[in-house]
Amino acid sequence: MDLILPDLGLLFWTGIVFCLLLFLLAKFAWKPILNAVNAREQKIADALELAVKTQAEMKTLKAENDQILKEARAERDSILKEAKEAANHMIEEAKSKSKVEAQKIVESARLNINSEKAAAIAEIKTHVATLAVEIAEKVVRGELASDEKQKALAEKLAGDIQMN
Amino acid sequence: MQHLSKLSFFMRKVAVLLAFVGMSGFSFANEEKEFNVSEMIMHHIKDAHEWHLFGPEHGGTSIYLPIILMDNGLKTFSSKHFYHGEAVEVAGKEQGSTLHYVKGVGPAAGYAMYHEEIYKLNEAGELHFDGEHPHNATPLDFSITKNVMSLLMGALLVLVIMFSVAKFYRKNGAVAPKGLAKFFEPIIVMVRDDIAKANINEHKYEKYVPYLLTIFFFIWFNNMLGLVPFLPGGANLTGNITVTLFLAVCTLLVTLFSGNKNYWGHIFWMPGVPVPMKFFMMPIEIIGIFTKPFALMIRLFANITAGHIIVLALISIIFVNKSPYWAGLSVPMALFISILEVLVAFLQGFLFAMLSALFIGAAVEEAHH
Repeated sequence: MDLILPDLGLLFWTGIVFCLLLFLLAKFAWKPILNAVNAREQKIADALELAVKTQAEMKTLKAENDQILKEARAERDSILKEAKEAANHMIEEAKSKSKVEAQKIVESARLNINSEKAAAIAEIKTHVATLAVEIAEKVVRGELASDEKQKALAEKLAGDIQMN
Repeated sequence: MQHLSKLSFFMRKVAVLLAFVGMSGFSFANEEKEFNVSEMIMHHIKDAHEWHLFGPEHGGTSIYLPIILMDNGLKTFSSKHFYHGEAVEVAGKEQGSTLHYVKGVGPAAGYAMYHEEIYKLNEAGELHFDGEHPHNATPLDFSITKNVMSLLMGALLVLVIMFSVAKFYRKNGAVAPKGLAKFFEPIIVMVRDDIAKANINEHKYEKYVPYLLTIFFFIWFNNMLGLVPFLPGGANLTGNITVTLFLAVCTLLVTLFSGNKNYWGHIFWMPGVPVPMKFFMMPIEIIGIFTKPFALMIRLFANITAGHIIVLALISIIFVNKSPYWAGLSVPMALFISILEVLVAFLQGFLFAMLSALFIGAAVEEAHH
């Protein structure tokens, strides 16, 4: 029967010990433990949130990067295109310029040749004239070598003049 | 050959034992009483004023715990003055039965102990029995009994362990736990989340976590100590009705002082039912306030005491049959139950805290219609 009857002494001691235990544990054990656990849980939650945020940021950053890359690529293409055009243009220009120059050179060469030719012809003419005069002198000298010949010539010349 | 010699040894032993039993009727009446299972079990699950360490029940090695009596002033002395006191044998009411008690000597003079209960001797200097129970007056007994000693050690164990866990966090801050903290943190978090948070309103649960944690660890540690068959274990503290009564009353008080308007409204004027039913429900609900902690008290007491009784009964098989060979059956079964009791030790602590949280949760619940 006394197995199921409460005992005053034990009740007294249980009360004191349990209340003391509750007080000491609550103040010096549960409080610091739960505070630390809560703080760590908060830390972990914050870290997770930050990770999600960072991920989102990374995503936007990547999108931005892609955009920039795309723009850069487009710019590069346009620059290349412009450069090609400029180059083509320059080549064209150079080609046309060189053609004109060549024509000019050819023209001046021809002019030169012509003038040289004219000069040569003039010189030849002078030479020929001199030669002709010399020949004529020699011939005249021969004609005029004897009186008879002089007379004949004079006659002849006179005859030519008369005829004129 | 080996078997034969073993068998013959066994036979001889049984013969000696049988002869012993036969003789005990007359010649060894005092030293070798008939083994009484229920008496042994009751002796082990009840409180005592000594802590028996080893050796025979009488004359073995014990720690004599202090006796503290309130009887016209405080009287303190060692329980040795009872255990080494004057043994008295009186005839019981039934034919042939005898009752044994001890009169205290020295500072314990004037008192007698019968079944670990202390009585004042009457004018004739003896206990007056009516049936099996003495009718003498009892002094207020605040003795440090075996259960009180176990209570102190259990509480000290919880304190030392939890302080060292707390020290870890105080030293290292909010980091991943290591060592003792690593083991206990999940359990503490379980009490906080699965017991307190799951049953009590989310905005109010925090206030009750220290109480629930203390209840849980107090019960669990003392249950575990009760499973240890030698010092510092061996007492049946959480299987003692006084202890479970106190814990249940604590939960009752916490529940009553936490009760809000909604809670009391549900008890005295149940909303949502016809008026005659409200009158009918009131006494039921008032009884319900007390049946809940009463169930807590009985559940813990019965579970732990039953565990101790089963283990003791299984060990008793050896002594009932008076042969060590029965240990082959008895020890594995007792081991199995002991392991089961380790689970029960945790489970009962968990259940007590869980149901306490459930009752508190019902008391602080806000109206929702």
